[in-house]
Parts: sequence; structure tokens; C-alpha cells
Amino acid sequence: MDMHNARDAGAARLDDPWYDALASGWGGPDEPDETAGPPRRARPPAAEEVYTEVHGSAAFQEVRRRYRRFVFPAAAAFLLWYLAYVVAATTAPGVMARPVAGALNVAMVAGLAQFATTFLLTWAYARHARLRRDRVALELRWVTQEMMRGHGR
Amino acid sequence: MTGNQQSLALLLFGVFVAATLAITTWASRRRQGSPEEFYAGGRLFSPMENGFAIAGDYMSAASFLGISGLIALFGYDGVLYCVGFLVAWLVVLLLVAELVRNCGRFTLADVLAARMSERPVRIAAGVSSVTVCVLYLVAQMVGAGSLVALLLDETGSRARSWTVIGVGTLMVVFVALGGMRATTWIQIVKAVLLMGGAVALTVLVLVRFHGDIDSLLSTAARHSGQGSDFLAPGLAYGDGWTARLDFVSLGVALVLGTAGLPHILSRFYTVPTAPAARRSVIWSIGLIGGFYLMTIVLGFGAAAVLGTDAVRSSNAAGNTAVPLLALDLGGGAGSTGGTVLFAIVAAVAFATILAVVAGITLASSASVAHDLYASLSRRKDRTPRSEVAVARVAAVGIGAAAIGLGLLADDLNVAFLVGLAFAAAASANLPVLLYSLFWQRFTTRGAVWSVYGGLVPAVVLVVFSPVVSGGPEAIFSGVDFHLFPLQNPGLVSVPLGFLAGWLGTVLSDEAVDARGHAARHAETEVRALTGAGAA
Repeated sequence: MDMHNARDAGAARLDDPWYDALASGWGGPDEPDETAGPPRRARPPAAEEVYTEVHGSAAFQEVRRRYRRFVFPAAAAFLLWYLAYVVAATTAPGVMARPVAGALNVAMVAGLAQFATTFLLTWAYARHARLRRDRVALELRWVTQEMMRGHGR
Repeated sequence: MTGNQQSLALLLFGVFVAATLAITTWASRRRQGSPEEFYAGGRLFSPMENGFAIAGDYMSAASFLGISGLIALFGYDGVLYCVGFLVAWLVVLLLVAELVRNCGRFTLADVLAARMSERPVRIAAGVSSVTVCVLYLVAQMVGAGSLVALLLDETGSRARSWTVIGVGTLMVVFVALGGMRATTWIQIVKAVLLMGGAVALTVLVLVRFHGDIDSLLSTAARHSGQGSDFLAPGLAYGDGWTARLDFVSLGVALVLGTAGLPHILSRFYTVPTAPAARRSVIWSIGLIGGFYLMTIVLGFGAAAVLGTDAVRSSNAAGNTAVPLLALDLGGGAGSTGGTVLFAIVAAVAFATILAVVAGITLASSASVAHDLYASLSRRKDRTPRSEVAVARVAAVGIGAAAIGLGLLADDLNVAFLVGLAFAAAASANLPVLLYSLFWQRFTTRGAVWSVYGGLVPAVVLVVFSPVVSGGPEAIFSGVDFHLFPLQNPGLVSVPLGFLAGWLGTVLSDEAVDARGHAARHAETEVRALTGAGAA
């Protein structure tokens, strides 16, 4: 899927996924309710085939790859960075107490840096998801649901 | 607290209660009694509303009063807490929120049941969710009791008991009648009040120091009696290797536990789509991050303005630091400004506890009705409506249990209880959630083992920890059967939860190469990432 086209065409609609969500009638409160229990296990084999087919498609594999490629390294990085911070604070208070500027010391700077990296990663993830995943994912959603309907669900 | 402050605080709190009751009535008009409405508030909240509600659910009185108090007493070691509570949200944002929104309907068990054999995983996830909720709930009830004793200058146990009973009854009414819609609005109102109060106090602290953070910090260090050590780690957790390991353990539990808290997970179902769930988390990260930054300013501000000794002499755990700071910033005891600010802080703290309690009660009643009742009941005439009726009854039952436990456990340390709830959530709920979202081989046996393999060690290790026995501050101080040196079990029980899930999967006799297994995994992945077929 070409990224640039995707961005242009989808921008208007995707900027506010909240509003277009109900247009399809999915999840609306009036939908006949089958919630009593757990979703049924015995579903028609058709649904299984549809999901397997979509799962194997190039578009879905691309979404999956983009998601995992961003999320796994990012999660590993911030967990390590947080762990390093906690371990440093508990085992090396001497280093952490070293003054940097005025009353600010290494510990204070590291703590504020944790806040800063959290905000930064939040922003980066949101941007990545919005530009590189949302549009393709939404298209796949409609495709999958269309295929289900085609199978006379 | 003088009579004026007391009556003003009670008046403000009364206004909050009246407002929330009005909201409950309003939210339950045109009630249909459908599960969609009771558990998920109709799924039509906007990301901003849900972001405020998540923040409202997460920021407990323990953070507002407890953490700033810790900073006022121990300086930098209190800051370590804030960082853990915030960084945890990255786990939620990156790995959990969107996928859970797409795969589930109301509870954690829904996500697992999509792939696994329904009954065993639903029961396991239901049991662990209810356990985590009850631990967290008791912490909040105990907190409510000590807060009243603190703020109303009432050390007698009767005021305490009546507050626990009153708070418990109120939130049961909210939850049982209003469901998720009322609970969400209570969280939103509370989050706005809490942020407003924190902003006002922070501005006053900064004005007091002419906006000079450097002079705030150095004054805090000077008035703490510790000098520059106050601004470096080590005052609270630097005491030997056990204390250090204990803190690392707590840090692990905090960061991984948030993503497994049932009342946080159920909030993602109140918005219509996964991108909306993502945006709610972004809102809440902004709010929570801003709040903890202000907490740091307030904590150091209390040390600088009041001095650590004054804070400690008022309450040994530091819980009164912020109310006392408010009194001083408003113009001191006896002044109108001081009285008003103090009363506002007290009312906000009450409102906070009430709202958090409502959120947890709702989540646990959903687990009882939607997971446990739905799996264990053999009745043929179960309908969505009867399930909601069970949930309402469950809310009353859980509320009563929490009131009872809160009355019994009123000496327990609140921070410890919260840490324990996070440890249980991180060990029992997070491994199974991550495995079933990301690991193709994962089987039903792996899921069940992973839940119990995390939950049981977490609880057992606490029973054999120094918190329960073998020390002057332990619950049973007379006997000593403590075998595990740490107070928080996270460092051991979280890896055990992951290990048990892996082991159960490897030892499973389920045919993982069968077509059905791969197809169910494919379905989960497609649904998680695209939102196809999402509720």
C-alpha cells in the first residue's frame, strides 16, 4: 500500500475516527444483543476462513509488521530505561547526588528526563499509529466485515 | 481543623455528593438495563471525556496526599514513586489499550475467551480480577478512614467507622443504579476538581518562591534538616540491600501492574473505536503526567514552606503535608483564605476516594456477573438483562465486603495495600494478556496456569512477608513466620506468572499445529489490529 496516497485520501475521515464509527451501525446501542454469555464458539466455518484469509493478506501483514516494529523496540527501550533509573537510584545514590546546576542534581535531571521521554514516546507512538496504521487498518476492517457478510454470516 | 474549616469542608463535600447523585439520576434516565449500557456506558464517550475519567480512576487520594507527603518527608525518594506511576502508562498505550478495545467486550476475560476454551479462562480471569479489585478497594476504604481521622481531627474510631460505612454505601448506590455512565461522569468531575486543586496550590507555591525552582529546592533541602541529601535518593530506601531490592520490586509492580488493573481495562470499552481508546490514553497520560509534576512541586513546597519536622509531627506518614501547605499558602490558620483552601483540599480528597471506589466496584461487579456468574451458572434462562441484575447485586455484595474489610484492616498501611494490588495485577493479569495478544502458540492451559501461577505466589509471598509477621509494625506482631524478606512480591511473582504461562503452554496437550488453533490466533490478531467485528 502506498503510504502517501493513503495519507492524503484518508486524512479527513481518519482525523476523527470517533465520528465515523457509528455510521456503520456497529456497536450501536440498538443492535440486537447477544451478550448473555460469551460469544459463541460454534461459529460457521466461514468466519474462520475469512479471518485466516485476511491474516495472510499482504496488507494485514504490513499493518502487523509496522505495529510490531514500532512497539516492541520502543517497549523494550523504555522498560530498560526505567529499570536502569530505579536501579541507579537505589544502588548508586552517590552518582545520583552529583550536582548539575544550582540545586539540580543528576537524580533530579534523570527523573525529569523520565517524564520527558514518556511524553515524547506517547507523541511518537500516536503519530506513527495515525500516519502509518490507522487508514490501512480501517480499510481492512471494512474488507473483513464485507467478506463476512458475503459469506452469509 | 477548626470548626469553620470542618463545616466548610463538609459543605463542599456535600455539594460534590449532591452533584454526583444528580448525575446518577440523570445518567440512569431512559435506562434500558442492557449490559452495553451498564458495563460500558453505551460506548459513546469521547476520547477527551474518557481520558479525564481514566485519570480520575487512576489518581487516588494515595497519590494526592500520600506521595506529596512522602516527598515532604523523604525528598527525592518520593519522586521515584511518581515516575513509576507515570511510565506504567506507556505499557498501557503501546501494548494494551487498542488491542483490548478491539478484542474484548466488557472485561479482561473477554479478550482471553476469544482464543481459548471459554470456561476455564473466564473463571481464572474472573477470580484474579476480583482479587485485585478487592485489594485495591480495601486500600481505598482504609485510606478514606484515615483521611477523615486526619482532617476532622478525630482520632476516635467511631468517626472512622462511620466514614467507611458512609463512603461505601454511597458508592454502592452510584454503581448499582447508574452503572458505567454515572461512574464515568463521577470520575470526570473528580478529575477536574483534583486537577483544579493541584493547579491552584502549585501556582501559589511557585508565586511564593517567585517562580524560582532553584530557590524552592534549596529552601526545601535547608528546611528538611537533611541538607543536599534531601534532593538525592536514599533517605527512604537506602537502608541496606533488602530495602533497595524492595523498592526495585515495587517499581516493577507499579510499571507492569497498571496495564492489568481491571478498572482501567474496562474504561477502554466506553469509547467506540480503538483509535478513540488510544486518544483517551494520550489525554490521560497528559493529565496524569501533569498531575505528578505538580505533586513534586507540592511535596518539595511543603518541605520548604512548613519544614519536614512540622509535617512529621502532624502525621508520621506525611499524609497531612498538602492540607497543611494549603492552610499556610492561604494565609495561615485563622485566615479566611487558609480556611477556604484547606476545606477545598479536604473536600477534593474525599471526592477522590469516592470516585476511585466507584470505579473499582463497577469493574469487580462486571467480573463477577459477566465472567464468574456467566461461567458457573447452570441456569438456562440467562439473559443479558438478568446478567446486569446480577452485576447490580454483586456491586452491593462487593461494596459490603469492602466495607467490612476496610473496618477490620484500618491499621494497614495504604501505600503497601496499593503496592500489593499492583503486584497481583502485574503477576496474574498482565502475562496472560500479553501472551494471548502476541504469542501464537499460547494455549488454554498456558492461560490458566499463567493467571494462577502469578496470583498465588503474589498472595502467598505477602503472607510470608515481613508485613504480616515478625516485626513491630507487622499485622501479627507477636509471631514470626516470615520467610520472604521483601514487602512487595512483584520481583518474584511477575516472572513466575510469565514462567507459568510458558510452562503451561509447552506442557499442553492441545494440538498447537492444528488448523483451529492457528485460525483462532489469526482471528485474534486480525480483530486486535483492525477492529473487525469489534463490539
